[in-house]
Amino acid sequence: MPKTLRNLLSALALGASLAITSLPAAAAPESTDPIKLTLHDWTGQLITTQLMAEVLKKAGYNVELVTADYLAQFAGLESGDLHLAMEIWATTGQEALDAAVATGKVENLGETGMQAKEEWWYPTYMKEKCPGLPNWEALLEPACAEAFATAETAPNGRYLGGPVTWGGFDEERVSALGLPFEVVHAGTDAALFAELESAYQRQAPVMLWIYAPHWAVAKYEGEWVEFPEYTAECYADPAWGGNPNEAYDCGKPFGAIWKAGWAGLKDKWPGAYRGIQGFSIDNAEMGQMITEVDLNGKSVQDVADAWIAANEARWSAWIQ
Amino acid sequence: MALADTTQIARRRLSGGGWWVAWLIAGAAFVALWWFGSGWPVDYPKAAQVPAMRVVGDAMKWLVNEASFGIFSFVDLTRFIAALIEVPYWISSSLLATGLMTTAGSAGVQIFPPVSWIALIGVLGLAGYWAAGWRLAALVVALMAFIALFGQWTAAMVTLASIVIAVPLGVILGLLLGVLSYRAPLVERVITPLLDLMQTVPVFAYLVPVLFLFGFGPTAAIVATIIYAMPPMTRLTVHALRSVPAEIDELGRMVGATPRQRMWRVMIPAAMPGLMIGANQVIMLSLNIVIIASMIGAGGLGFEVLGALRRLDFGVGLEAGFAIVALAIVLDRLSQAVATKLQFQPHRGEDRRSLIARHPYLVASIVLALGCGLLSLVEAGFQTFPAAGQLSTGSFWAELIAWINVNFFTQLEAFKDFLLLNLLIPLKRLLLSLPWLGVVGLVALAGLQLGGWRLMLLTGGLSFLIAATGQWEKAMTTVYLCGIAVAVAALIGIPIGILAAEKRRLWPAVQAMIDTLQTLPSFVYLMPVVMLFRVGDFTAILAVVLYALAPAIRYTAHGLMQVDPTLIEAGRAAGTTRWQLLTKVKLKLAFPEIMLGLNQTIMLALSMLVITALVGTRDLGQEVYIALAKADTGRGIVAGLAIAFIAIIADRLISAGARRTKARLGLK
Repeated sequence: MPKTLRNLLSALALGASLAITSLPAAAAPESTDPIKLTLHDWTGQLITTQLMAEVLKKAGYNVELVTADYLAQFAGLESGDLHLAMEIWATTGQEALDAAVATGKVENLGETGMQAKEEWWYPTYMKEKCPGLPNWEALLEPACAEAFATAETAPNGRYLGGPVTWGGFDEERVSALGLPFEVVHAGTDAALFAELESAYQRQAPVMLWIYAPHWAVAKYEGEWVEFPEYTAECYADPAWGGNPNEAYDCGKPFGAIWKAGWAGLKDKWPGAYRGIQGFSIDNAEMGQMITEVDLNGKSVQDVADAWIAANEARWSAWIQ
Repeated sequence: MALADTTQIARRRLSGGGWWVAWLIAGAAFVALWWFGSGWPVDYPKAAQVPAMRVVGDAMKWLVNEASFGIFSFVDLTRFIAALIEVPYWISSSLLATGLMTTAGSAGVQIFPPVSWIALIGVLGLAGYWAAGWRLAALVVALMAFIALFGQWTAAMVTLASIVIAVPLGVILGLLLGVLSYRAPLVERVITPLLDLMQTVPVFAYLVPVLFLFGFGPTAAIVATIIYAMPPMTRLTVHALRSVPAEIDELGRMVGATPRQRMWRVMIPAAMPGLMIGANQVIMLSLNIVIIASMIGAGGLGFEVLGALRRLDFGVGLEAGFAIVALAIVLDRLSQAVATKLQFQPHRGEDRRSLIARHPYLVASIVLALGCGLLSLVEAGFQTFPAAGQLSTGSFWAELIAWINVNFFTQLEAFKDFLLLNLLIPLKRLLLSLPWLGVVGLVALAGLQLGGWRLMLLTGGLSFLIAATGQWEKAMTTVYLCGIAVAVAALIGIPIGILAAEKRRLWPAVQAMIDTLQTLPSFVYLMPVVMLFRVGDFTAILAVVLYALAPAIRYTAHGLMQVDPTLIEAGRAAGTTRWQLLTKVKLKLAFPEIMLGLNQTIMLALSMLVITALVGTRDLGQEVYIALAKADTGRGIVAGLAIAFIAIIADRLISAGARRTKARLGLK
C-alpha cells in the first residue's frame, strides 16, 4: 500500500526532514497531510494559487498543487479529495459553487478581493467606423451595426459571446435594448481570444465578450461598451430602464471572485483556514502580475516569489 | 411469435422487389406529414416527455451517497478498486516522474530521484534494438530525444506514468472480455451494447460520478481512460478470433488440446495480427484523452497543451501536442515489435551461460540506469535535460498563422461562406424541419428491411426515446454535423487506404500520418482553425473530419492487406487486370473490414462531439458540456445516452446492411 509505505518512509526520514526544513518558528501545523490546492489553465489563477501556497508553506503547512478542471473540481472538493480552489468567479462559476455549497460539503471561504469585470468589448480602431462608441446607443445606428457584420449575420452585427455555460443574458440584452446584433457563442475561452487575435491582426471588425483581470486587456487596445449601469432591479423588473416591457436592458454586473474549499478544512487545518480567509489581493496588483507572466515571459514561480518578498507584512498578518 | 411470423411472411413477399413499394408508400406518408403535418407528430409535446434527466440524476445521487452491499457501500468498493490501481501508479510515478518521496506534498523530501532522461532513452533504445534492430532503436531514440529537446520531458513523464498503467489494464481486460464473448454468445449480446455506450457516451457525461466514485486524481483519470480506450480491444479480439481459419482450431482439437490450451496456445497466437491492432487502438485512444485526463488531476502534457492554447501560444501547444504523438508512436511500435519477437522466440533449453551472456540487454539497461543515476549526483544535466540545451519553435507557428490570416483570410472566408450558405445551412434547416414521427418511422422501416422485426424495434425504439427525452432538435444537429463529417472522412479516407495498401512503400508514411491525426490533441489545431474560420459549424466539422479520418484509412488498408494471397494469385492466374483485381477480388474480400472501419469512423466522429462543443455548436455535445458546467449529472448522462443511441442505430443498420451484402456476394 502506497499510503503505509509512504508513512514508513516518512517516519524513517523524519530526522532528515526536520533537519532540512527551513520553516520559520511558526505554530506547528495541526496536520502534516498535504493541503491540496487546484490549478486551472489560466495565468491569474496559477498566480493566486501559487501565492496562497507559498503563504501556507510559510505558516508551516504541507501543500500540494493539483491540476483540475474548473468545473470538474467541485466533485473533488465535495469528496475531500481536493481542499481549496482559489478562484471561483461569480460570473462563470456561481451556479456550480452554489450547488456545491448546498450539499454542505463545500464552504465559500469569502472574496479574494478581486472583482471580475466583463462586458461587450471592441478594439479602439473600430471607433473610426462607429464614432459614437463607447456609448451603447451608437450601436443602434444601422451603419455601425453593419460595420460589425459577417456574411452569416448581415445586415446585423455579429457579437461573439462567451461559452453558453457562462450565461450572461446577451440574447435578452440584444432584444431588450433593440440592438441590431446577432449573438454567436464561442465554445471556450480560448476560442474567444483566438477570434480576437485573428481580427486584431487584420485590424478587422470584432465585438466580443472580454473579462478582466486578463492579459488581453493589457495586450490589445480597446474599450468596453458603456451600457446603462447594472442594478439588481434591471435584471429582475421589466419596468426598470429604457425598455418598460423587458428586463436586462442594462450592462453586466461586476462579480466577486470567491475562494472555495472543502468543508472539512476548518477542522483539519484551523490555522490554514484562517490564513485562507485572510487572503486578499486587488485587480491592479493581479493585472500587473499577469502581464509580467504572459507578456514579459517571467515564470509564475518568480512572480509569486517577488510578491512574497515585497509584501511580508501583509501576508504575515493573514497567518497570525 | 405471431408478429415474427407475419413479418417473415411479409418479408418473403416483399423480397421479390416489393421493398421499393413499401419505401414509396412510407416516403409519400413522410412527405405528407412534413408538408401538412403540425402539432404533436412534428414537435414532440413537452407534456409527454419522460422525466429521464431527473430520474437518472437521482439514481446517480443514490449510487454515490447511499448504495450499499450491507457491510460496505458502493463507494467503498470503488474506492477500494482505486486504491488497488494506485499501487502500480505510485510505483510508475515514483520511477518516472516524482522520484521516491518521503511524503506527498511540499513537505516531502526526495529519497531517490526518478529515472534519468538519458537512461530512459537508452533503455527504450536497447529494447527497440533487441526487438527489431537498429531502425526501430533509432526511431525510438529520435522521438524521445525530441521530447527532451523541446522541454516537454517532465510533463511527458507524468503522462507516461499513468499511460503505462492504463494501457496494459485496458488491453488485458479487453482481451479477456473478447475471449469471453467469443466463447459465450450470451456474453457477447450483453457486452456489445455496453461497448457501444463506453465508446460513444462522452467522458464529460460521466466525469462527475467517476470523480465521486474513484476520487479526484490520477486514478480517476486512469479509470476514465480505460473505459474509453478498451472497447476496440474487445471488438477486435472477437473479430480476430472469428477470422482464424477453422482448420487451425481443428488442428488443435486433433492433437488433443483442452479448450483452454486451444484458446491460449492455438487461437490467440493465430489471431495475433488482429489483436495487435486492438492493442494499437488502446494506446492511441489512451493518449487521445490525455487532455481530458489532465482536467481531472492527471496533469502532464494535456495540462501543457491547455495552458498554452489559453495564452494562444501555438508553438508550445504544438510542441506539447507532438510530444503526445511521439509517446504514442514509441509505445505502439515498441509493443508491436516486442510482441512479434516474443511470439517467434524459440523456447531454449536450460542455459548454462553466465547471467550477462543470457540477458545482455537487461544487464546493459540496469547498468545504464544506475550509472546515470550516480552521475546525476555529480552533474544535474544527467538527471534533467539542461534548460540551456532546450529548443523551441518559439513564435514561429503563431507568426505563420498570423501571416496566413493577414494575407489569405478573405479567400478562406469566401470559401467557407460558400459552403455554409449553399450546403451546410440548408442541410441543417432541412434536417431540423423534419417531423420526428416520420423520421422514427423511416428508421424503423430501414431496420425492418435490413434486419427484421427485432432490429425494427431497436432502431425505432431508440429514436423514439431520443424524442421522448426532449433531445430531438439537438440530436438532429448532431446527425447533421457528424453525417457530413463522416461522409467527407470516408470519401477522403477510403481512397487513401486503398492507395496505401496497393503501394506498400507508402504505408509507413500513411501510418505515421494517421497515428498523428489520432493522437495529436484536436485542441492544438482547433484554435488556429478558429482564427482562420471563426467559431461555428464549419470549424467543428473540420475538426471532426481530421479526427475520424484515421479509422477510415486504417481499416481499409488493413482489410486489403489481409486478403488471402492465394486468392490474389488465383485472380492473377485468371488474367485479371490490376484494376479488376482490386475491384472484383480485393475490395470485395476486404468488404467486412472496410465496413468495420466505417462503423469506427462514425463512433469516433460521435466521440469528438464534446470537442466541437468547445467551438460553440448547439448539439448534444454542447448539452453534455453545459450539464458538466451546471453540475447536472442527469442532464449530462441523458444527452450522452442520446449520442450513444445515434451511434447504435447507425452501427446496427450498417452491420445488417453489410451482412446482407456479404450474403449476396457469397462471402461467409
